[in-house]
Amino acid sequence: MAKLKLALYWAASCGGCEIAQLMIGGKILKLAEAADIVFWPVAIDAKYADVEDMPDKSIDVCLFNGAIRNSEQEHMVIMLREKSKIFIAYGACACRGGIPGLGNLHNRQQIFDTVYRETASTDKNGNVFPQPNYQVPEGDLDIPVFYDTVSTLNQVVEVDYYIPGCPPEEKTTWLALEALIQGKLPPKGTVISHNVKAVCDECARKRDVKKIKKIYRSYEFIPDPEVCLLEQGLLCVGIATRGGCGALCPQVNMPCTGCYGSVEGVIDQGAHFLSAVASVIDSKDEDEIHAILKNFYDPAGTCYRYSLPDSLVRRAAIK
Amino acid sequence: MSSLKGKPDEDIKIGVYVCHCGHNIASTVNVEEVAQHAKGLENVSVARDYLYMCSSKGQNLIRQDIMQLGINRVVVAACSPRLYEQTFQNVLRESGLNPYLLQIANIREQCAWCHEHGPLATEKANRLVSGAIKRVIHHSSIEEQTVPIFPATLVIGGGIAGIQAALEIANSQQIVYLVEREPSIGGHMAQFDKTFPTLDCSACILTPKMNEVARSPYIRLMTYSEVVDVSGYVGNFTVKVRRKARYIDEDKCVGCGICIEKCPWSTDSEFDADLGLRKAVYTPFPQAIPNIPVIDRERCVYFLKGKCKACEKFCEAQAVNFQQEDLYIDLQVGAIIVATGYDVFDPTPISQYGYGNLPNVFTSLEFERLCSPSGPTAGQLKLADGREPKSLAVVHCVGSRDQNFNAYCSRVCCMHSLKYSHLFKEKTGGEVYQIYIDMRCAGKAYEEFYERVQGEHVNFIRGKLASITPDMSDSVDEEKLVLTCEDTLLGNIINVTVDMVVLGVALKPRSDSEKVAQILRLGRSRDGFFMERHPKLDPVATMSEGIFIVGCCQGPKDIPDTVAQASAAAARALAMVVRGKMDTGAITASIDENICSACKVCSALCPYGAIFFDETSNVSRVNRILCKGCNVCGAACPSGAISTRNFSETQILAEIEGVLV
Repeated sequence: MAKLKLALYWAASCGGCEIAQLMIGGKILKLAEAADIVFWPVAIDAKYADVEDMPDKSIDVCLFNGAIRNSEQEHMVIMLREKSKIFIAYGACACRGGIPGLGNLHNRQQIFDTVYRETASTDKNGNVFPQPNYQVPEGDLDIPVFYDTVSTLNQVVEVDYYIPGCPPEEKTTWLALEALIQGKLPPKGTVISHNVKAVCDECARKRDVKKIKKIYRSYEFIPDPEVCLLEQGLLCVGIATRGGCGALCPQVNMPCTGCYGSVEGVIDQGAHFLSAVASVIDSKDEDEIHAILKNFYDPAGTCYRYSLPDSLVRRAAIK
Repeated sequence: MSSLKGKPDEDIKIGVYVCHCGHNIASTVNVEEVAQHAKGLENVSVARDYLYMCSSKGQNLIRQDIMQLGINRVVVAACSPRLYEQTFQNVLRESGLNPYLLQIANIREQCAWCHEHGPLATEKANRLVSGAIKRVIHHSSIEEQTVPIFPATLVIGGGIAGIQAALEIANSQQIVYLVEREPSIGGHMAQFDKTFPTLDCSACILTPKMNEVARSPYIRLMTYSEVVDVSGYVGNFTVKVRRKARYIDEDKCVGCGICIEKCPWSTDSEFDADLGLRKAVYTPFPQAIPNIPVIDRERCVYFLKGKCKACEKFCEAQAVNFQQEDLYIDLQVGAIIVATGYDVFDPTPISQYGYGNLPNVFTSLEFERLCSPSGPTAGQLKLADGREPKSLAVVHCVGSRDQNFNAYCSRVCCMHSLKYSHLFKEKTGGEVYQIYIDMRCAGKAYEEFYERVQGEHVNFIRGKLASITPDMSDSVDEEKLVLTCEDTLLGNIINVTVDMVVLGVALKPRSDSEKVAQILRLGRSRDGFFMERHPKLDPVATMSEGIFIVGCCQGPKDIPDTVAQASAAAARALAMVVRGKMDTGAITASIDENICSACKVCSALCPYGAIFFDETSNVSRVNRILCKGCNVCGAACPSGAISTRNFSETQILAEIEGVLV
């Protein structure tokens, strides 16, 4: 059998996905047996032109991590999609927007103001903002255009499979790679993970009845290691998050933050989580409910930490 | 993915029927245009408009299209689904289509009635219809269900409401359990002297009914007993009843009363509103049913100090048994009628009325007992010092129609106050003052009774009583009371001096009604009374299927209304019991066990107790019979595992898309 041609690329991401890909450890040898890596800027020297020169559909599989937030990333995702037979969104940012997706709570101007003017370390007199195009005596200089809105991959191109996680667990990555190597791929559109149910399915904590009288943040107390974190008042997003990770965070007494995205079939992870929390607030008194919810800091960042661009609202409306 | 979520494979043929509703819709919305608009939409095979879709001619249009054109989805654009959804569902059913392949677009209440005529109203109607069309594509057949009804009924509370309901059911030769927490049935009505407006002796009209209860072979009477737990659901409730120890063997006791006679210890009689005394072993009143005494453990000297047993010594039937313990028994019933009655308002908090401090200020219930021939004074009106009163003031609305206490009208006080005037005149010939806010005498022959009492030279003062104080003036040597109130008709503050005052106190929900509501899963209205399913059209049913509420536990009412309600609830219970089965709603929630992660967010949310956790499969499940399809669980489920039939996310999103695009 001919070896698979594999491409890996990154867009709006932190680099954690590349580390995660290497986390498969010794299995990388099996991967090397089955596949030739034709493009991987983090590890292999290659130029855009090399990719541009490849014929369409000449790459068998592209693992693309990161969201799309500028013109260069958009150009690359479109190009790699054309060159690839199977196109996989790898990691939370590619699947659902991820942490960069929280940029959708602001627009370009607000982000630039913060980064290039308002931070303490910025030269306030400079008022220097990046320009997409700048003319110097030597000619025109271009940098990518920064977009107002962060997009998921499937909002820009057609995506065949999704590998969730921030970053994806080693076993999740290998589940996908093994399927590719063996040619036993699930139906198109599948989110590849060991579980279609929520994290609770993998969490050993005891669950009784969910009634929240007070919301806590992680630093405020050391939770009982046996009892459901949500029942202890920590906003554990595990109830609304696809399992497959093995409930790693709850195992070390930290609430799930939702990186594996929504459960199979759910359209809006954050809305489902918010609705669930609202349903278990243990009061019928309006004032008391307001008092309890005052401790719900950063609802957008809690509910949509990895999925704002993938949500029904997609971004904040800014006039 | 569940089958609800995917788009069905069959060839969708939608019929759309736009109703003019006479001028109701057609004067605001261009209905012909709406039908034309619908015709152009995907999957629509036929679209018609008609003057009255709900008429038999209108229904026939749909029927014909289903038969002749093979229509397999129906959209009716007309009034609210609350009105005619069932009618149109029947049309589908009769035409061989599953009734849930129907969607109503409400273009009357939600469009024609809230907008003015013009293109925008028609545009909105078009969009509502588009939404319904997009939605109905995703409708699927839903199987309807029936539940078997266990042929026995439980009646909780043995006042006139419970007695009436139990007798109605027993008269149909169906088994009924009547549970009463006091030692005898009879309730408040047994405490009354006369009943308005006919002035019948209350005991005389109640006692025959009580005897009938005792005689009926179909009534299992359990007095001195309380319902402590109810599980199960309509048709098959399991009810745990605590039969409190009477310390008298009911099977042995012959009701001779020697134990009562010989008992050396007395205490306040609850039945006489604490104005008289009863023994530690007692029946509440002479006509008690059953005529079997109870020993009051809290007052009995044997229980308190370990010796006495006078009752045991004299009981020839050897019925006294100090070793008796509370018994818990389980009953199986198909329906439950709740007739737990009311408490009377304690006027002590209204300190300016002096109740509790001024010995000649009485409540209405106390006055009933004073008037009653079986009461503490054998029916003679007496003041605290034993004198006969020569004047009386009756104060209306004490604790009712008062923002500080209860906003509602207690409904019976105007009439019993008039009755008191009459009784007082009859017994003493003295002066009577009625201090009222409004006279409310709505009821058969009530206004006539008011006129009659007016003719008996009663003084009516329209105003709210400010205070009752002892008369301190030197001119009187007997104890008198001065009532200060505003006479709003004269526009003056006036003082009235009388011997005796009766406070017409409010009827309140039972102090333990919250607990009872929890046991029975009943809702309560803002004032604390049990909540009926619909205030006008379903006043005896509740949101808990198979559980009915009658009498004052639902709200203050007089005896005729209570009796009528009791008969109504009995008819409802009988309709279930006699048929032996009942249809329950098809629109219920279901949980996809391939998705449920056992997070238990839904566990405590169901207002009907329909969700339970299946420990073996480690998933939550819905009891379809209990489920009312409110979708509280579906909204909360963070995994999207719960979906309510015909309200799936796909259907709702399709409808939104249709409305917006």
